Amino acid sequence: MTLQSSGKTFAYARTGANTMNTMTRSMSGDDVSTTATSTGSAKLKVNNLNFHYGDFQALKQISLEIPSNQVTAFIGPSGCGKSTLLRCFNRIHDLYPGLRTDGEILLNGQNINDKRIDIHLLRARIGMVFQKPTPFPMTVFDNIAFGVKLYERLSSRDMEERVEWALKKAALWDEVKDKLRKNGQSLSGGQQQRLCIARTIAVKPEVILLDEPTSALDPISTGYIEDLINELKQDYTIAMVTHNMQQAARVSDVTAFMYLGEMVECGPTDGIFTHPEKKQTEDYITGRYG
Amino acid sequence: MSTHTSTHLTPSNPVYRRRRMLNRLVMLFCVSAAAFGILWLLLILFSLVTKGITALDVTVFTERTRMTGGGLGNAILGSLIMTSLATVAGTIVGVAAGTWLAEYGGQSRLANLTRFINDVLLSAPSIIVGLYIYAIVVLPTGHFSGWAGVAALSVLIIPVVIRATEDMLRLVPNTLREAASALGAHRWWVVCKVCYGGARAGITTGILLGCARISGETAPLIFTSLNTNQWNFFDLGSEMPNLPMTLYQNMTINSFIPRQVELAWAGALILTVAILVLNILARVIAERKKG
Repeated sequence: MTLQSSGKTFAYARTGANTMNTMTRSMSGDDVSTTATSTGSAKLKVNNLNFHYGDFQALKQISLEIPSNQVTAFIGPSGCGKSTLLRCFNRIHDLYPGLRTDGEILLNGQNINDKRIDIHLLRARIGMVFQKPTPFPMTVFDNIAFGVKLYERLSSRDMEERVEWALKKAALWDEVKDKLRKNGQSLSGGQQQRLCIARTIAVKPEVILLDEPTSALDPISTGYIEDLINELKQDYTIAMVTHNMQQAARVSDVTAFMYLGEMVECGPTDGIFTHPEKKQTEDYITGRYG
Repeated sequence: MSTHTSTHLTPSNPVYRRRRMLNRLVMLFCVSAAAFGILWLLLILFSLVTKGITALDVTVFTERTRMTGGGLGNAILGSLIMTSLATVAGTIVGVAAGTWLAEYGGQSRLANLTRFINDVLLSAPSIIVGLYIYAIVVLPTGHFSGWAGVAALSVLIIPVVIRATEDMLRLVPNTLREAASALGAHRWWVVCKVCYGGARAGITTGILLGCARISGETAPLIFTSLNTNQWNFFDLGSEMPNLPMTLYQNMTINSFIPRQVELAWAGALILTVAILVLNILARVIAERKKG
């Protein structure tokens, strides 16, 4: 590989209006330019991260920053390590033996790879939504309450309010308000995925990780979820993996292009899509990769 | 226009005809084999019902076994007590062990060893299990007892429940575990709330099938609880009457007394119906979960 991003930190500020994004941005009146001005607003900061599945090195010297209250999209061909990287952020890899991480991931300046970190609290602070909808085998209500109950003792009235709040936030309330006692697995695929997003929001995390959240959904459900992502970034920092470049262009503020476990290029989305710095990035976004 | 033709795609095509013929032959064989098996089951059920129903009246359930006359009440109660206790014990140990194997043990040496031993135990002759309990419980205490019977039956049901629990938990997709962990839940909580939720129907089915299996066991009881013609209300320290051994004794040692043979048939019918109900219940639970 000639392209080395080792040790290089991609810091950027949001400059001006993101033309691609404003097209689809909902009427939330979000003006993110006030939030991201310098590296100081980085929610997550990755320094020289390496990751191994046994003997295979899946991530090589990754460094980047994920700015607060923005959407950062990870794109790249299958197997480039983007999901692996996302899964480092909540250390879900720790569930499996034989995986090894080194390097730093700072959440608000605190290294989450530190062994002393309480991994369960970390995961409550960094929520994750997976590629396939994963409703638990319990009612819609209990699906949402599950995560809340882990860290809060709410009265049943407060819990009902929290469930309603989360479902409204995930734009699912109107569709399921009469089905709260039905099994979560009985909902449609798109509803299930929004249920999973609601479940994640209900815990009130700081960061939400989305691992190809719409790849199993039809275009209408995808549209719902993309609108939702735009809404959510006012309160949360969002990092998402997507195979769909149009989606990255539509919903993200920052795009990171990865290839063979390396961070090739990372910067404001409009820049990446209009005049990428690296030839590889250009080839990928114009569809020239075989 | 293309030159492509589909004239070979007709019913008279020899390749197709040969395949269709073979299909019919194999189908015929499969149906006959199934019918052959079911035929014997129906014959057994038929003779059980016709011979068992004649002696079946209230006294069968209310009277204890006697040299002449009497019923099967004490044997039914004894069997119920021992089977229930063994099922409870087997469920607790079996579910715990199965959970450990599926969720924590992974492919460690201890887990694989446990699986191997469990498989051996699953196919161990029940009389060997009875003999073992005889050696470690009956001989040291000096007498046959209900507890020994419960112990023997527990040893028989535990491997069934372990296997069912492990298999059913393995069917719960890993993505559900990840999703629950990603909300900040501890492993044991994920297992209790999410994995058991998904595996509940399967585990229940396994327990019911195990229960059905031990309720008809005779061999292990010969060495452990023995049998008695007295009522035994939860005095597990002494000999415990039970249905399978009563059947055996009435049919063999006491076969010269017509009433005893009648009672044995009635007992066989009761036992079969009970096991059938348990099996059907297990099937219904499994089906309902699917639907």
